Amino acid sequence: MNEYITLSLILFTIGAVGVLVRRNAIIVFMCIELMLNATNLAFVSFSRQHGNLDGQVAAFFVMVVAAAEVVVGLSIIVSIYRARRTTSVDDASLLKS
Amino acid sequence: MITTFISAELPPIDAPTIEYSLLGPLFIVTGVAVLGVLVEAFWPRASRFVVQAVLAVVGIVAALADTVWVYTDLDRIDAPLQARGQVAGEGALTVDGPGVFTWGILLVFGLMSMLLFAERRLEGGLSAFTGRAADAPGSSAEAQAVQLRVEHTEVFPLALFALVGMMLFATSNDLLTMFVALEVLSLPLYLLCALARRRRLLSQEAALKYFLLGAFSSVFFLYGIALAYGYSGSFELSAIDTAVTNRTGGENMLLASIALMAVGLLFKIGAAPFHTWTPDVYQGAPTPVTAFMAAGTKAAAFLALLRVFYVGFGGSQWDWRPTIVAIAIITMFLGAVVSISQTDVKRMLAYSSIAHAGFLLVGFVGVYAGVAGSDRITSVSSVLFYLAVYGLSSIGAFAVVTLVRDSGGETTHLSKWAGLGRTSPLLAGSFAIFMLSFAGIPLTGGFIGKWGVFSAAYAGGFWWLVVIGVMISALAAYFYVRVIVLMFFTDPVGDGPTVAVPSVLTTVVIVVAVVGTVGLGIIPGPVLDLAQHAGAFVR
Repeated sequence: MNEYITLSLILFTIGAVGVLVRRNAIIVFMCIELMLNATNLAFVSFSRQHGNLDGQVAAFFVMVVAAAEVVVGLSIIVSIYRARRTTSVDDASLLKS
Repeated sequence: MITTFISAELPPIDAPTIEYSLLGPLFIVTGVAVLGVLVEAFWPRASRFVVQAVLAVVGIVAALADTVWVYTDLDRIDAPLQARGQVAGEGALTVDGPGVFTWGILLVFGLMSMLLFAERRLEGGLSAFTGRAADAPGSSAEAQAVQLRVEHTEVFPLALFALVGMMLFATSNDLLTMFVALEVLSLPLYLLCALARRRRLLSQEAALKYFLLGAFSSVFFLYGIALAYGYSGSFELSAIDTAVTNRTGGENMLLASIALMAVGLLFKIGAAPFHTWTPDVYQGAPTPVTAFMAAGTKAAAFLALLRVFYVGFGGSQWDWRPTIVAIAIITMFLGAVVSISQTDVKRMLAYSSIAHAGFLLVGFVGVYAGVAGSDRITSVSSVLFYLAVYGLSSIGAFAVVTLVRDSGGETTHLSKWAGLGRTSPLLAGSFAIFMLSFAGIPLTGGFIGKWGVFSAAYAGGFWWLVVIGVMISALAAYFYVRVIVLMFFTDPVGDGPTVAVPSVLTTVVIVVAVVGTVGLGIIPGPVLDLAQHAGAFVR
């Protein structure tokens, strides 16, 4: 049982580190999706551990939310790419005090 | 043969009981938002903007009326704490006093924001949103869109969906509903941020930052939920409360869960050290959207924060209170100090919103639930009142920002605001009132709000935190007064900004905000009573 949770934590950490170190908005976004999937693994493992279905249902909800998030996220990233021909988050620095 | 087989083997499936009358406001706003999508598809373009605006306003007014009706109809509970309301929707939602009160203020904020959204006189007959978001800024296609006078009327349904998410977020009773509500409120806001008509690069950049950081923080919130589920085996706050009180699971898992969920929620309210998105997003987003976000998101997220920590994790409050105290102090201090060095009005208001998140956290951390026979304001009620006042003043302040303009759109640089009080005393006067309310000067709502949260923190045993809070408000007051001095006692530099003449919509918003801010300062009684009688959370 603990192995699954450990794997989920490792995936979550890889995702979090990726968000912090990568500069391409699309890759940052993929890392966030990786974290969401790590969470799904944790949900399903806990569901198995507790012997109820709540966690598995939660995993479905998370998938749907992630799909909606992809739509919104990619539309924002694409519109930025059209304007600037780059998706680097370092170049998005017009707003600074 | 088959039917008898099935009926013998499978237990009957009960239809869930949904309390439609209690959840009316939610259904109305959702219904109107969906209707807005249909209008978007089928109504002719020429008159669509007006139809969408009227639909949104009528829908929100209807939901507001229903909210009042729901509130007066809530069941009273006397033990263990005074409360009103009940768990609804098969345990997914709690329609209780604080929740319905928040519905009310969210709908009022939504209504005022819709009026700002619908303002079209400032841009020569077009709304404050870009005509065609798909066109690259500065391209010929964009110029063509302006020439054809196309407009994005989707902003109204999007805002209504965000409003539904906020209302759900404030009343969700299980963590899964809370997560879905968080996303329903966030996703439309990410899009709305990207839709400014002027300074589109800034607007898109604000949306990108808000989206990436918002998604990042909501994943932390989600992992916190997963750990809470692993700890207690349920998503329901009351079941988590039972597990926390009995300490059934591993201590580390509980603490990690609390920490991760706190990250997600503190991000949404804009508390330090998760505040860095606030100034950029507030500055880049179209000002009506900023107004909506500042007032609405903060109110909804604070209610969710209160609910999770009071109801779900109330049994381990000695674990989280020290951290929240530290965060409250850092947030207040940082918001107040950094806003002093700001030169942009919208950024300044953003840092002020961070400072206010800190003051609200002071009220939150008191965890004062009241004792029988005492009229002292409870933590929940003080936060509710503060949210109402803060939301009104900040929508008013952002409405003023939309009117101070030059040829390039809004002039948000503070130096351009010098001498505004001489050219247009009424507008500068209303902005001054909002500043005084933010500073917490007596006879404004802000004073009563601050008094409330400090009183609740004092009753909760945090007298020293109250002392720190009062000192920081004095520090922050310096800045707000500086803006007033700038507007009234400084000579305008060069050709100052022009103050656009708004249509009746923006005027109504500013007047309502001024009347509300001053009214809640002079006669706070009715609203304060309402917040006080909302009672505790129902679990």
